[in-house]
Amino acid sequence: MAIAPEREAWITGIGLVSALGEGLDAHWHALNGDREAWLKLDSTTHAPYQVHPAVTLDLARQIPDRGDRRQMEGWQRLGTYAAGLALENAGVKGQDDLLKSMHMIVAAGGGERDYAVDGQILSGLEASNEPAKFLNERLMNDLRPTLFLAQLSNLLAGNISIVHGVVGSSRTFMGEEMAGVDAVRVALGRCHAAQGDIFLVGGAYSAERPDTILHFELGHMNWTRPWVPVWERPKDGGGTILGSVGAFLVIEAREHAERRGATPIAKLAKVSSDRTRRKDGDAEHSMAVQWNEISPGLIPGATVVVSGATGVREGVAIERDLLDQRRVPTRATGSVIGHSVEATFPANVALAAMMVARGEAVPPIGDSKDEARMTRKVKQAVVTSVGHWRGEGMALVEAI
Amino acid sequence: MAHMKDKHGRPVVVVTGMGVVTSLGQGKDENWAKLTAGQSGIHTITRFPIEGLRTTIAGTVDFVPFENAPDLTTKMAALAGDEAVQEARIGGEGAFPGPLFLGMPPVELEWPQRQDLARASAKSADITYTDILKGAAAKDFSAMQTRFLFGSVGDALADRFGTKGAPISISTACATGATAIQLAVEAIRRGETEAALVIGADGSANQESLVRFSLLSALSTRNGDPKAAARPFSKDRDGFVMAEGAGALVLESFEHAKARGATILGVVEGCGEMADSFHRTRSSPDGAPIIGCIRNALDDAGVTPADVQYVNAHGTSTPENDKMEYVGLAAVFGDHLPAIAVSSNKSMIGHTLSAAGAIEAVFTLMTIRSGIVPPTINHTEADPAIKLDLVPNVARKANVTRAISNSFGFGGQNVCLVLAAEPA
Repeated sequence: MAIAPEREAWITGIGLVSALGEGLDAHWHALNGDREAWLKLDSTTHAPYQVHPAVTLDLARQIPDRGDRRQMEGWQRLGTYAAGLALENAGVKGQDDLLKSMHMIVAAGGGERDYAVDGQILSGLEASNEPAKFLNERLMNDLRPTLFLAQLSNLLAGNISIVHGVVGSSRTFMGEEMAGVDAVRVALGRCHAAQGDIFLVGGAYSAERPDTILHFELGHMNWTRPWVPVWERPKDGGGTILGSVGAFLVIEAREHAERRGATPIAKLAKVSSDRTRRKDGDAEHSMAVQWNEISPGLIPGATVVVSGATGVREGVAIERDLLDQRRVPTRATGSVIGHSVEATFPANVALAAMMVARGEAVPPIGDSKDEARMTRKVKQAVVTSVGHWRGEGMALVEAI
Repeated sequence: MAHMKDKHGRPVVVVTGMGVVTSLGQGKDENWAKLTAGQSGIHTITRFPIEGLRTTIAGTVDFVPFENAPDLTTKMAALAGDEAVQEARIGGEGAFPGPLFLGMPPVELEWPQRQDLARASAKSADITYTDILKGAAAKDFSAMQTRFLFGSVGDALADRFGTKGAPISISTACATGATAIQLAVEAIRRGETEAALVIGADGSANQESLVRFSLLSALSTRNGDPKAAARPFSKDRDGFVMAEGAGALVLESFEHAKARGATILGVVEGCGEMADSFHRTRSSPDGAPIIGCIRNALDDAGVTPADVQYVNAHGTSTPENDKMEYVGLAAVFGDHLPAIAVSSNKSMIGHTLSAAGAIEAVFTLMTIRSGIVPPTINHTEADPAIKLDLVPNVARKANVTRAISNSFGFGGQNVCLVLAAEPA
């Protein structure tokens, strides 16, 4: 009962920032380079925890107003910057008429806290005879009023509206990795059904925060041993190294892109998502079902899997169950850009688009011995996502 | 079967079940009785000590026992969802035939959890995040980790209702509930599903959330008379009152609902949106995004301003919102505006934040079905700059076949829904 015949959706703009640099070319070169090019690990700042920090950005290039930069915290700056790169890449930056009809879906968690204030309050609470009263007083006096606006999940989208003028619509999805998958899935569904012609979709995650590291430490999910690729971690208990990533895609109906003479990077053919209870093999089953929906269209030998493997043992096992039976060359980008939760899936769709556009896979990531070399021409990429707790998703990206 | 498609040729989307929880009580009957009697659910906060706070009133939901904000959000969402699903008589027990669209507040650790972690580190002075991380490493906090995931509320509700696929958890600040409805309508229109469960829920009225809004000078400080604090569109309005609640709606394609013989409670005819790029917390002074958002909703519904008899206003009771909402309504409805009743449920239930759009959509549909417009209470002093028929203080009988419900939020979020009676 779809109303319009399904339209083709193209990726016409990508903005990607990670430890490996900014833009697809920087990522291509780093991933094809030597260990020094692809391993940018910070093992000291948050020791014993490690992070893949984002490359240093000249923020003023995408966020020219100093007041705007000051109003944001790190995750918002990263995302707003990456969104600007995507718009620039698609050739729509500053085109107000287009941006007014551009639809935005952002996958987001929450923003930075004031870590010093938290520490002072916790210390004071332990010493106070009237802790609740003490908490009220300290919060009223010590919280920076505008910090709230750097913490609200939907204020990454809000900042993108303010800085870049994207105002056709603005939705923010929450829910860790799943939010990233569904943001891309819903944008594609709307594009296919003519519920909008041009979309800005993505997310940002800052790993360089004690509270994001803390979230994973609550489940003892951080990898604190010497760095190894994600596939090698489960045998020693598993774990993730977080990475700061900003990743945005411009997804556009083919005829809309052709009309304005835009150059496509790749075709986004399909996105699927699911949530299982992770019991009795239901996640493995869901991944197999999603794969089977895609696989009839795959060209033998021309496909690479771009995996969002986190390194957390249970999730890796679910994904290995799928991949070990299919024997398709796989590239787990998280080994070197780190796990970026909501931004992971948009980032991997971006890197998948990079590979199909060049017709070539990058070498095994982080010299992983679990990833097969691939010399044949790459025409298709399957992007996988198995969340660190919940969420199973997949996308098919094809060369144009 | 002429009405199965709308004026744009898309499937008509109808509502077949509704549920609601607010500070006024649980369920549609209790809420509607109190709402149409002009009763307020706003009270002095008892949940936590109020000493040292600038605002000490709220519309908290105190009859649902809970452990933390995501827990209360989940529980209220479940109550409202149960009522809606039961009314719709849809699907098998715990097997809802469609996805969940959940509007909810952002999730984060709260002070009791931070204190637990600090104590696990055995440090009691000069505590830093290094210590908190040591505390986290020292014991198993995996249950805390799961509870404070953004996805955990949707996960619990997906299990309870047996919804299909990945639940979508949405945050568009104070427009969240309306955005959840909008996403479900779009999914049904594009044929992705025949039915969807929409819930907007917010149980986040804790100390820090209250202080955050307080520091932005957004809250009423009329602490002495809590029930009189929320006074949308009045000259002496001084801010919104933070509140909690949940609203749930079962949406279906008209065709699907008719085929299974469901009672149609109303139609979601149109959704409009336009983001504002002016400022993080303030509207464009010309009101253009609000105007554009309402016009987009009317266009989406294929109706004109003359076709609308009632506006369920966002009406927060902040000086800025109510002025800008009036500017928007005046521009869109022009000469028709004097004939349109406008009221704000927030005068009685406060601002239920992420739940507001869903709760107020439920109340708007009840207004249409019952022919009674709930009042805007606490209306003693008109703002000379705002010329609206506010249904002041006392509910009114009126024949309403079509209404709009507005939701505006921080971050430039503007959503307008067009809701109507079942086509004759």
